[in-house]
Amino acid sequence: MRSIWRTLDRRVARDIALVLVADAIVGASFGAITVSVGLPFWLPSLLSVAVFAGAAQFAFVGILAAGGTPLAAAAAGLLINARHLPFGFAVADVLGTSLVRRILGTHLMIDESVAFALAQKEPQQRRAAYWACGVGLFLCWNLGVLAGAFGGTVISDTDAFGLDAAFPAVLLALVLPSLRDRPTVLAAAVGVVIALATAPFVPAGLPVLLALAGLLVTWRPRRREDVRDRTGVVA
Amino acid sequence: MNLSLPLLAAAVAALAVGTYAFRFAGPVLRDRVELPPFLERLMGTATVVLLAALVATATLLDGQDFDGVARPAGVAVAGVLAWRKAPFVVVVLAAAGTAAVLRLIGVR
Repeated sequence: MRSIWRTLDRRVARDIALVLVADAIVGASFGAITVSVGLPFWLPSLLSVAVFAGAAQFAFVGILAAGGTPLAAAAAGLLINARHLPFGFAVADVLGTSLVRRILGTHLMIDESVAFALAQKEPQQRRAAYWACGVGLFLCWNLGVLAGAFGGTVISDTDAFGLDAAFPAVLLALVLPSLRDRPTVLAAAVGVVIALATAPFVPAGLPVLLALAGLLVTWRPRRREDVRDRTGVVA
Repeated sequence: MNLSLPLLAAAVAALAVGTYAFRFAGPVLRDRVELPPFLERLMGTATVVLLAALVATATLLDGQDFDGVARPAGVAVAGVLAWRKAPFVVVVLAAAGTAAVLRLIGVR
């Protein structure tokens, strides 16, 4: 495990640190909002430890706050989190082979850790970035949520700081270098159009999954290529 | 709020277990099945497509509705900076800063 931290590039470590700070603040707002709508003080922390997926947590609490049933909240959260299934295929190699790492690493699979892994070239660096981001975010997110739940509404409006723009910007900066070859760009562009076009009509989480249909444009029947992945994602 | 606590706890448990299952399935299946090269490549592209779609929806939508210009403007600035290979920290702070300043001057 120690070798992971040594492998981590200093620049990448700094980038990850910035994301940790931003997400800790968002976590604090999540904790504060959840408690302020009258939900139990333990709920934000339980969600953050056991589920550990920001968008699904906000949706879960939002549905309860709007008078929805816990069942509807869980269903909405599950739909939003379904994207982790394809994520898992792409980052399987960074989890390592030992059972303990597998079990822990699986829980650390979030948009940010996947995106940071995607942005690294060498397998060693991918592993280091994934684990550093995952472990760091788990700690910072949960500390933030805890502080927000008990500290109240000091920073309930993170939009005022533009933090809602920071999350997509983080993912954009990390995914941009992977948009190298034409098929990938085309698939991503079609996927984005599908997601935006369907979003007003289907539940949250589904548009992103439907975007995967964009992969169809990369379909090249009966063409042999070597094993190496051009996007650098699958080692 | 009038909620049944056992029901609430069960809902959290269902979400947690289901989410973990989603996360676990990929790594486990990758172990069991030897994927042909084109599928391996497709998995990589799938991640890029998913993240790109996430960027788009998180930028332009609030729930199911299109909303506001401050956030899209912030992410657009970030996109240009990232494309020009600006440092990551600059990209992210520019996104937040742009959106924050726009809101400060009354642009939502």
